[in-house]
Amino acid sequence: MSFLTLEGLSARLKGTDHRLLRKVSLSVAAGEVRGLVGESGAGKSMIGKAILGILPRSVEIVAGSIVLDGVDLQSLSPRERRRKIGASCALIPQDPLTALNPSRRIAPQITDRLVDILGWERKRAEDRALELLGEVHIAEPERVLRSYPHELSGGMRQRILIASAFAAEPKLIVADEPTTALDVTVQKQILKLIGEMQRRHGTALLFVTHDLGVVSKVCQTLSVLYGGMVVEDSDVRSFFAAPGHAYSRALLAASPKYTDPDGSLTPVPDAVIEAVRQEVAAADRTWSHG
Amino acid sequence: MLDGRSLIKRRAGARLWLAGLWLGGLFAAALAAPLIAPQDPLAQDLFLGRMPPFWMAGAEPGYYLGTDSLGRDVLSRILYGARIAFLVAIVAGSLTCLIGAGLGLAAGFLRGWVDLAVSRLIDIWMAFPPVLFAILLIAVMGPGLFSIILAIVVIDWTRFARVVRAEAMAQGAMDYVASAEVAGRSRLSTMIVEILPNVLPTIVVLLTLEMGIAVIVEAILSFVNLSVSTDDPTWGGMIAEGRTSIHQAWWVIVFPLITLFLTVLSFSQLGEGLKDRFDPVLR
Repeated sequence: MSFLTLEGLSARLKGTDHRLLRKVSLSVAAGEVRGLVGESGAGKSMIGKAILGILPRSVEIVAGSIVLDGVDLQSLSPRERRRKIGASCALIPQDPLTALNPSRRIAPQITDRLVDILGWERKRAEDRALELLGEVHIAEPERVLRSYPHELSGGMRQRILIASAFAAEPKLIVADEPTTALDVTVQKQILKLIGEMQRRHGTALLFVTHDLGVVSKVCQTLSVLYGGMVVEDSDVRSFFAAPGHAYSRALLAASPKYTDPDGSLTPVPDAVIEAVRQEVAAADRTWSHG
Repeated sequence: MLDGRSLIKRRAGARLWLAGLWLGGLFAAALAAPLIAPQDPLAQDLFLGRMPPFWMAGAEPGYYLGTDSLGRDVLSRILYGARIAFLVAIVAGSLTCLIGAGLGLAAGFLRGWVDLAVSRLIDIWMAFPPVLFAILLIAVMGPGLFSIILAIVVIDWTRFARVVRAEAMAQGAMDYVASAEVAGRSRLSTMIVEILPNVLPTIVVLLTLEMGIAVIVEAILSFVNLSVSTDDPTWGGMIAEGRTSIHQAWWVIVFPLITLFLTVLSFSQLGEGLKDRFDPVLR
């Protein structure tokens, strides 16, 4: 049984007919790593935010359900929902530079949730933070815990955020483009680290990215999104062997190849874009106006 | 691993020291005014009218900064006037800060109907001409210290609310707020623990600026005779009286003016200096 199930999730800009998510269905089993791939604006981050209950105010969910660990999140009160999500989910954010509070030291930013949500004693939480910083290969963890974020590099901060995400042993972590804001050499280390931590803790991971190369390295399954709609849902091996949807094929062909770094990139053909747009429009027509 | 920026020794800076020294000294002198003032600030002596300050010919011993046309000691009146100036600065400044920053923080972070209500209130408030508003308020309530403080709070809270709201909105969009919410922190707790420390440097700067403004407003209202009763020495009142005898006795208007100027300047410099010093990130 899957840990997270989205069933026909639709969202729109509040008070308008502008659809952002169109009947998105996907599931993540315990310990599974699922990639969420698409162009900018395809709705991949939106799905992550919906699951974690941090959608912007201007977005409203109009249909569908998010079932987390057998509980439909929409049926809970905001307070209960926050508790439920806080106890079983965590976020690895995109930009490590804004994801740590600049005026607080590192230690409380890791231990807060352990103390507040899980009711640990502060001493125990601090020992746990030390242990976690070791797991993400940070030298001198004692000193880092006493530092302010601006004293640390971007890569360091992302390691801290990863440690922090795993701190409460969540069942599911949403990684929202965790390497986009880092430079290329650091990206590879961070990806390796996320994979390593995921295997050690057996956590399910929803990996939001636009980089198919990353998906092939980290994920087991993936969902390809276009216009807030899932156009393909597949496991990674068969996807990279033979993508099922024309848009997926074009997206794969558009990715740069390590084997041919100087080769020119192939843009997604207009015909493919047109076809997938019509598919989205057709799907819209058959659904009731919500 | 360690960022070099944390190694920079932040110098307090001359302006922080000078501003602190002036304000600290004046504050202490105001507190100790009954002990250190050379003369009774209210005692009139028509034989000693318009005596010049001590370095000029014809100065009267014991009246260091001269006397006004009624023979009252200028220095003593400045010291007693400082008591009222500081009282207004501290009480009106803090109240304005508390109300304005509180509303601004709530509006900027909680958004929704709170923001709507506060923002519209600010818009409406700022459409009133402030000086007229203050004069009207005092005319209705009657002059007095309480009316002045109330007038300052009522007029100036929007200054805090606007700036703090914008700052809270910017902070609210940061990823660390999202992380805190995913971790199960309530909105209110996020606002106090995560957002407030990051807008505090801004609030401190505004507060010191506001104290300077409060001193000026008090002086203006005294100048037009809408402040505390005319018996009590105030800087604005002294400036108003000095204006009438400026050709015969310039010192009556110049010394209160200099004191007022240095005090307001010191408040604003203090704010800037404190911000540089306590901001966790060098901006």
